[in-house]
Amino acid sequence: MNQATTTTSPMMTSQSISRQPAPKRRTHWASRAWSGLVVGLMTFFLINVGLMIASVATNSVAKRWLGTWLPNGWTLEWYSAAWQEFQLGDVLLVTIQVVLSVVALSILIGVPAAYTLARRNFRGKKLLTGLFLLPLMIPPITYGIPLATLMYELHLAGTLPGVIIANLLPALPFVILVMTPFIEQIDPNLESAARVFGARTFTMFRHVLVPLLAPGILAASLLVLVRTIAMFELTFLTAGADTQTLVVALYYSVFAAGVRASQSIDAMAMVYMIVTLIWLLIAMRFVSPTQLVSRVKEHPQN
Amino acid sequence: MMLMSSQTAGSRWRDPAMWMAAPAVIFMLAVFVYPFIHGLILSFQPLEGGMLSNYVKFFSTDNLWMTIGVTLKLALPATLINILIAVPVAYRLRHKTPYQKIATTILVIPITLGTVLIAEGMLTYFGPKGWFAQILQTLHIYEGAIRLTHNYAGVVISLVISGFPFAFLLILSYITGIDPVLPRAAATLGATPFNQFRYAIFPLILPGLAMAFCLSFVQAFSVFPSAVLLGSPAGATRVISIAAYEAAFENYDYSMASAVAMIMGAVQLGVVVIVLGARNLFYRGPVTGGKG
Repeated sequence: MNQATTTTSPMMTSQSISRQPAPKRRTHWASRAWSGLVVGLMTFFLINVGLMIASVATNSVAKRWLGTWLPNGWTLEWYSAAWQEFQLGDVLLVTIQVVLSVVALSILIGVPAAYTLARRNFRGKKLLTGLFLLPLMIPPITYGIPLATLMYELHLAGTLPGVIIANLLPALPFVILVMTPFIEQIDPNLESAARVFGARTFTMFRHVLVPLLAPGILAASLLVLVRTIAMFELTFLTAGADTQTLVVALYYSVFAAGVRASQSIDAMAMVYMIVTLIWLLIAMRFVSPTQLVSRVKEHPQN
Repeated sequence: MMLMSSQTAGSRWRDPAMWMAAPAVIFMLAVFVYPFIHGLILSFQPLEGGMLSNYVKFFSTDNLWMTIGVTLKLALPATLINILIAVPVAYRLRHKTPYQKIATTILVIPITLGTVLIAEGMLTYFGPKGWFAQILQTLHIYEGAIRLTHNYAGVVISLVISGFPFAFLLILSYITGIDPVLPRAAATLGATPFNQFRYAIFPLILPGLAMAFCLSFVQAFSVFPSAVLLGSPAGATRVISIAAYEAAFENYDYSMASAVAMIMGAVQLGVVVIVLGARNLFYRGPVTGGKG
C-alpha cells in the first residue's frame, strides 16, 4: 500500500489516503509537490514571457541584431524614427481623446443605470440585464461589422465621435456589471435617511451615493481605461487614417512590415506597452484585482 | 425601454430611479440592437441571388465554412488551457498576503502587452535566430528548427499569453469570494488540501468557472490580429473573423460580411449555451452561503 501510494500522482495519493487518519506527513509531501509544480509552471511561463518582452526591448535599442546573443551596438534613434514615421504624436493625442471620452461617458451613463438595476425590481429586469450582458458575450467583430457598416452609411466612420461611440459599446455594459454589485452592498438605509431629510433623488445621488461609490467608480474607470487602450477590433473597423489609436497604428505598422525596420516597430510596441503598463500599475494600486467580479467582502457587514 | 415599461404599473413612470437607466438603454438600442437588426436584415439582402444566398454561399464554399472549425480548433484548446492553469494558480494565491499582491501583479502584466506586441515579440523570441532557439542550442536540448510562429502553435501560444491574465483575474475573484470558513470546516473534519478543494471549493466556483470560460472564450473566438500576424492567414489559421473582414473591407460586400458576422455570433452563443447548460447538469444546489 505504501509503495503504491508513493509512486502515484499527488492527487491520487491524497484521495486514497483521506479515509485513513494517520499519514499526515505524506499529505504534506503531496501538497508540497503539487504546489511546487504549480509554482514551477508559472515560473516557466513568466520567464518566457519576460524574455519575449526583453527581446522586443533589446531589438528596439539595437543598431543591428542578427543571430547573436546581443546586438553589436546600441542606439535610441529608433524611438525618434518611430515618432516621426508613424506620427506617434498624433496617434497618442487621438488615443488620449478616445480613452478619456469613453471613460467619462461610460461612467456618466453607466453608474445611474447600475443604480436602477441594483435598487429596483421591475418586470423585464432580466431582459434588461441580458441586453447589457450580451455585448460582453459575443465577439466584438460580430457586432462591430454591422455597426461599422451602418457608420459608413451615416458617414460617421473614420471620425473621432464614431470611434468613441464604437468603443463605448463594450465599455458601458462593463461599467454597469462592475458597479451593480458595488451599489447593492451599500446600505439602502442611508438613502432612506437622506430622503427623510427631504433630499430629492438627484441631491441624494450627489451627496450620499457618489462619495460612497468613489472607490468603485475609480476602479471601474481604471479598468475601462486599460480595456479601451487595448481594444483593437472595434477601433480597427471604425477608424479612419487620422483617427487611429495606438493599437491600430501598431497593427498596421507590423502588417505592412518589410517597408520599415523591425527596430522601429519594436520601439513603437514598447511605447504601447509602457503606456498601458503605467495605467495598469496605477489601477492595481487602487483596485484589488479580487474585486473584479465578486462583491466587496473586505469590510464584513454581517 | 418602451416595450418593457409599458407593461409595468403606471406609478413606475414617476419614479426617478427608473429613468436613470434611460440613457444607457437608449444607447444600447441605438448602437447595439439597431445595427444588429440592420445587419441581420442586410444579410438577407445579398448583392445577387435569393434571400438566403449569402448563407448558402457560406456553407457551400470550402474556404468559408471551414473557418468555423478552424476558429473553434484554436479557441477551445486555448481557453481550456487558460482555465486549467488559472484554477490551481488562483487557488494557491487565494490568501491575502503581500506575496499574493506582488504575484498577482506580475501575473496580470501580460494583459498590457496587447496582441500586436505579443505577435512581434514571439516573432523575435521564437524566430530562427531568437533567444529561445539559441538557449535550446547552447544547452543541447534541441538543435533542429523551431516552428512556433506562422502556424497553429503560434496562435495558440499567443492566445494563452494574452488570455491567461484575464482568466486568472476572474477565477481569483471567484475563489476569494468564497467564505474561508468552508474549507476550514472541511479541514477540521480531516479533509486533505486536495479534498478541501474537491468537495468545498470546486462545487462553489463551478458557476464562476463556467462564466470565466465563456468570457475567455469570447476573446479567443474573435482572434484576429494574432491569426494574421502569427499564423498562416491563408491556411491553418484562417479564422472566421478574417473571412468577415475580407468580405467587408476587401470585397466591399457588406451583405455577405453581415451574414458571416451573424454566423459567428450564432456559433459563439451556441458554445455559451452548451457551457452554461452543462454547468446545470453537473451541479445542482446552493452556490452561496454556508449550508452544506
